Amino acid sequence: MDPASLVTILDSALRLSIPLLAACLAGLWSERAGVVDIGLEGKMLVAAFAAAAAAHASNSAWIGLLGGIGAAIAFALVHGFASISQRGNQIVSGVAINMLAAGLTAIVGNAWYGQGGRTPPLEGPQRFGEVFLGHSALVYLALLAVPVTWFVLARTRFGLRLRAVGENPAAVDTAGISVSGLRYAAVIIGGVLCGLAGTYLAVAQSAGFLPNMTAGKGFIALAALIFAKWRAWPALGACFLFGLLDAISIRLQGIVLPVIGEVPVQAIQALPYLMTVILLAGVIGRATPPRAAGIPYVKER
Amino acid sequence: MKVTTFGLALAGLAFSAGAAFAQDAFKPAVVYDLGGKFDKSFNEGVHMGAEKYKKETGTDYRDFEPQNDAQREQALRRFARDGFSPIVAVGFSQETALKKVADEFPKTKFAIIDAVVEKPNVQSTVFKEHEGSFLVGLLAAQASKSGKVGFVGGMDIPLIRKFACGYVQGVKYAKKDAEVFQNMTGTTGAAWADPVKGGELAKSQIDRGADVIYHAAGGTGIGVLRATADAGKLGIGVDSNQNALHPGKMLTSMVKRVDIATYNVFDQAKKNTFKPGVSVLGLKEGGVDWALDDNNKALITPDMKASVDKASDGIKSGAITVHDYMADSKCPM
Repeated sequence: MDPASLVTILDSALRLSIPLLAACLAGLWSERAGVVDIGLEGKMLVAAFAAAAAAHASNSAWIGLLGGIGAAIAFALVHGFASISQRGNQIVSGVAINMLAAGLTAIVGNAWYGQGGRTPPLEGPQRFGEVFLGHSALVYLALLAVPVTWFVLARTRFGLRLRAVGENPAAVDTAGISVSGLRYAAVIIGGVLCGLAGTYLAVAQSAGFLPNMTAGKGFIALAALIFAKWRAWPALGACFLFGLLDAISIRLQGIVLPVIGEVPVQAIQALPYLMTVILLAGVIGRATPPRAAGIPYVKER
Repeated sequence: MKVTTFGLALAGLAFSAGAAFAQDAFKPAVVYDLGGKFDKSFNEGVHMGAEKYKKETGTDYRDFEPQNDAQREQALRRFARDGFSPIVAVGFSQETALKKVADEFPKTKFAIIDAVVEKPNVQSTVFKEHEGSFLVGLLAAQASKSGKVGFVGGMDIPLIRKFACGYVQGVKYAKKDAEVFQNMTGTTGAAWADPVKGGELAKSQIDRGADVIYHAAGGTGIGVLRATADAGKLGIGVDSNQNALHPGKMLTSMVKRVDIATYNVFDQAKKNTFKPGVSVLGLKEGGVDWALDDNNKALITPDMKASVDKASDGIKSGAITVHDYMADSKCPM
């Protein structure tokens, strides 16, 4: 394989890993604070739709980003209200978010634009262009989120408390710090990152929203999160690995191997998922989630 | 006396109901494929045909866009039960659903596009996509400067291989040593609506030197055409005339007249000339063609037009035979 094609594969891997990375970090923030978030997919989807609609209406990709983040935060707050304030089941709430997003985006999209849930194609300033090395600003924003996440969680007082809320909320409560306050903060940060992921999908990577365009990326991000054992730098590695597998599977199509002949498309396309299973089952060892993840905090016992 | 009146009324009711049933109501309906009716491609072609009929005759129609495979059968049955006829099932993947539903409602007229269902109440329309693809392949080879062209398919099925095979034959007909890259988007229905993946596939082909890319991928193709336009290369549309999507950056489109097929089904059902059976529409029948309009006029040189017209005449007269992949599941190229 020549260096030029290696560069294009890495390029493509980066493009494909960015939405995973942003969503994975969103899950990391939320779960580190003890709120399990399987609604990443739904928040990405609603952000993608809001970003495309806002960019189309305002003629600016950056307004689109704001719209996407706003919509994702709104959905994150719904999840927060159900699972923090109302102490509901976080899995059920997450599933509800996913279903609500899938239905709502298609219906509102159809009502607004009458194109089967699609938004009109975005042109020129309505999309994020390439700013550096052929990648858009959002790519760098998402990459920047990795050290920021690591630093805040590992090195600041806020981060320590947030992690403590995910491990032992009673201890945090005893110290006189609001458990729900911290959890809400984490959920909102997750919303911002999901907004970034969704906006990237609709406004940078493609040009407009399509119903169900997230196509399971939120769940791959969750897998990456477990694979990375809920840590920021490994999350970058895991997401890049999944992006790389995806990129390679695209390039491998139609390639003729010496003995086997042409590899069937199906086999190549199963590769990323097969690798995911192998990696999750064998390579990483034990992945221990934050101890209080998924358990609503009840003050009085 | 009272009883008689009641009986009469009842009989009258029964009679009127019977009359309504026998009258063979004309209530057209369409069930689209997973790409959705605004995929700017295959389904949208059907939509345009139905809209044209609506505009010309004022007859409204109902339609349904399934969100998953299970909904096809439900939608067909629902329309049939509600008395809709004719019902147009769009896409090869409705074949099994229609086979079942057509038996349950023998009085309802069904039509299917892109597949063959042999039932006494079903009209099947299939196209010779390989012939149209041959022509756009011919154009692609002549427009390409690098001698490398690409093809992006949607779901990996024989029908899409048929597009690819015709295209390759056209390319090689014009330039023996030209290289064709082929990619399929996926193996499930989701492969018709994944523009991100489509764009990524197109980019990978452009990276390898392709400068003209033909797609047969429904909604996924929007991403393919976007990526080729962004990179300053040429795209080739499919099914509907997609030249207007990126004017000046679309070499042409392989048009498949699903709009005419749909219109005809409606029209025949209305005029009671609806006939079950299979019709195969090729270049000769006007079922497939390549698109030339103001958006791509500048890209088609007189030489290219002359050669494609010649090939077109050759196919129509039988002097050139384009191999049909679906005949033997093999592509000789």
